[in-house]
Amino acid sequence: MKRFSWKLPVWLTDYLGMAGALAILLAVFGFTAENFFSRSTFLIIADQVPDITILAVGMTFVLIIAGIDLSVGSVMGLSGTVVGALLVNAGQPVWLAVMAGVVVGFGCGLLNGLVTVRWSLPSFIVTLGMMEIARGAALRVTQSRTIYIPGYLDFITETRLLGISLPFLLAVGIVLLAQLVLSRTVFGRYMVAVGTNEEAVRLSGINPRPIKLVVFALSGLLAGLASIIQTARYQANPNNGQGVELQVIAAVVIGGTSLMGGRGSVISTFFGVLIISVLETGLAQANAQESTKRLITGAVIVAAVILDYYRQRIRHGKAG
Amino acid sequence: MNQIRPVILELRGIGKSFGPVRAVDAVVLRLQGGQVHALVGENGAGKSTLSKIMAGMLAPDGGQMMLDAKPYAPSNRNEAEQSGIRIVTQEFNLISTLTVAENIFFNDLPRSCGVIRYSTLNEKASRLLQQIGLDFIHPTSRAGDLPVGSQQLVEIASGLSRQCRLLILDEPTASLTDKETELLFSQIKALCRQGAAVVYISHRMEEIRRIADVVTILRDGRVVCTDTMDSLTTGEIVNRMVGRDWSDEYRRTTPETGPVALRVEHLSVGKKVRDISFVAHRGEILGFAGLMGAGRTEAMRAIFGADPIDSGRIYLHGSQRPSRIASPKDAVRHGIALLTENRKEEGLLLIKSIRSNCTLASMEKFSTAGYVRSAREKKHVGGLADRLRLRCWNTEQAAWELSGGNQQKLVVAKWLSTECDILIFDEPTRGIDVGAKFELYHLLSDLARRQKAILVVSSDLKELMLLCDRIAVMSAGRLVEVFDRKPFDEAAINRAAFREYVHPVHSQEHERNA
Repeated sequence: MKRFSWKLPVWLTDYLGMAGALAILLAVFGFTAENFFSRSTFLIIADQVPDITILAVGMTFVLIIAGIDLSVGSVMGLSGTVVGALLVNAGQPVWLAVMAGVVVGFGCGLLNGLVTVRWSLPSFIVTLGMMEIARGAALRVTQSRTIYIPGYLDFITETRLLGISLPFLLAVGIVLLAQLVLSRTVFGRYMVAVGTNEEAVRLSGINPRPIKLVVFALSGLLAGLASIIQTARYQANPNNGQGVELQVIAAVVIGGTSLMGGRGSVISTFFGVLIISVLETGLAQANAQESTKRLITGAVIVAAVILDYYRQRIRHGKAG
Repeated sequence: MNQIRPVILELRGIGKSFGPVRAVDAVVLRLQGGQVHALVGENGAGKSTLSKIMAGMLAPDGGQMMLDAKPYAPSNRNEAEQSGIRIVTQEFNLISTLTVAENIFFNDLPRSCGVIRYSTLNEKASRLLQQIGLDFIHPTSRAGDLPVGSQQLVEIASGLSRQCRLLILDEPTASLTDKETELLFSQIKALCRQGAAVVYISHRMEEIRRIADVVTILRDGRVVCTDTMDSLTTGEIVNRMVGRDWSDEYRRTTPETGPVALRVEHLSVGKKVRDISFVAHRGEILGFAGLMGAGRTEAMRAIFGADPIDSGRIYLHGSQRPSRIASPKDAVRHGIALLTENRKEEGLLLIKSIRSNCTLASMEKFSTAGYVRSAREKKHVGGLADRLRLRCWNTEQAAWELSGGNQQKLVVAKWLSTECDILIFDEPTRGIDVGAKFELYHLLSDLARRQKAILVVSSDLKELMLLCDRIAVMSAGRLVEVFDRKPFDEAAINRAAFREYVHPVHSQEHERNA
């Protein structure tokens, strides 16, 4: 086989591939959906993206250490109800309610991590349990009703810098910070190493347990943070975030992070989130039925993973 | 001479190579019905290869086998079993989640319309187990719940459940108690009475003496001799197994040894490592010889904190106070490094770059407040790769792309980056070609010259004699003797390796001596 004589850095080709896929998607909807390239479309997308992005950053880390966190949607829901209950039912100040929401998320994540690490359990089942527990707690906190929050959190959705909403800026900031942690810090290096071969890490004199613990706690903390944005927009509904974990995992995997651990990128995850959102919004604008939307979204997820399989083979020179 | 017995399996000039290594060479063997035929030899003498060839698990690349005077060339284990040749190895083939009865009759479950008839199955199994004296094993217990010895017996029972012409037992008593061994022996005798042949592989001379009728001694893949058991003394057998002569091509000049780097006292780990004590000095290469399963790997892992120890103390760098090493993390902090025998599974992040592998254990040196200093890291890795002559395109290459020898160098580089003082190498040259081996020997000598203490575990005695200043010999979990280079007496070392298997010392006596 002939090879091209010019070669781009691997990370750049990865991002270019993702950006290309996104561009193609935008072009397709530009042609098929009426008024796709309008201000309102992009406002919808920009509204959808932040909370999913923040959850997906945590999920990327969890997948990199070869774990999974199915509880993020429920934990986000629970944190939101705590915020609502403190603001409305208990009349607490905004800063305290927001802090409490984040702390509840962090606590759920920490518990996931402690149980997973202490008894070496599969995180799939531990976080599945937490998914139910957090949802149950959310329903208990609100007595299964939505708590309406009169305006306390409007500053979050209404603050704009250069026309970009605060949540969106926050999400992008978290993405950049997380990518920095992943690629430039010792902690990031250890995460990747633990996901690649935990025993080799242990025998290199590094205790993998605290690393895993921190990653699960971080995923919970980010779920708590995402809940503030969610609640500001949708009120403290105990059913907030139902099924979001699967959407988040799909976005992360579309971004090329391996479910087997040891490989992933936060920037690519962000592209994954954008692809999912554009797909969803575009299909809605093209007046696709719910059934069509789901069929196409499912196909895109599977196609992305197949594409990633070939990308890895080429990079590892196994394609022959 | 014995009465004339039918020859069941005959091997005519069987050979097998693995790459450049001739594992089995022109072996002639006649296995007669009603006889127990022992195969003995050192590690790597070709016993296991030979038995795998007979059992259809390996194809020979020379010679011919005749089963009942007809050509026999099984292409897999199943075919061999259909011809009535079964093997029981140290690795179990039981399915741990199934019951004993299901395992025994796995290939031949009684059924009607695809549904297993459990009553018939359990009855059949129960009858078989009773027949061979295993009535304490219940046919409906889960195989995985049985103690290891019983599992081995069930495995042998499943061998007996079928038409069996030849049964090959590879180290069957390694995990058996004395009582279970007795049961095994009565099963073997019963099988012989039915006219089957048995091949028995073991390091334990006592057992061989008791059970075997004929013994074949293998050395370096060749048959040294085949004789009746009565005509050889145990001493003669051991001498013939190990007695080879060869000349050193490369001799290490023992330097002045430095101060004590590591002192281990009364270290015990379960039954694998029993009360071992030794001293290693800076600037010295200390070898650990012994048979497979003598407890060398377990001892090294315990010193490194990879596995918990039961008792014993470890003193480092001449200190009078014992050091607490409860985890590899503690060991690394104390300047100890372990290069495990499975570098691919336990030593390297195969899909990651040379660079990140190299600095994995020493990240704190290449970072400030948790932030990686890439420039410093790259410079260090590049320099070390040059020094160790690591053959690669660049240090961003993934570790799996390297050859075995270069992967081993990369593991060495990882530990040199930590500036450790005590390096423990477990089988450092396994799976490495000859050229790379010598390069690694030079590297180890060089490290010793730099006043590191080097411990080397190897199953290749030649290698240890070439490389080491002293060789400690372990036998059945005990450290039986330490040899000095003056020069090494290969036969004596080998005899020491067999010592605990030939004449087991009672633990009380040993403690008094130690």
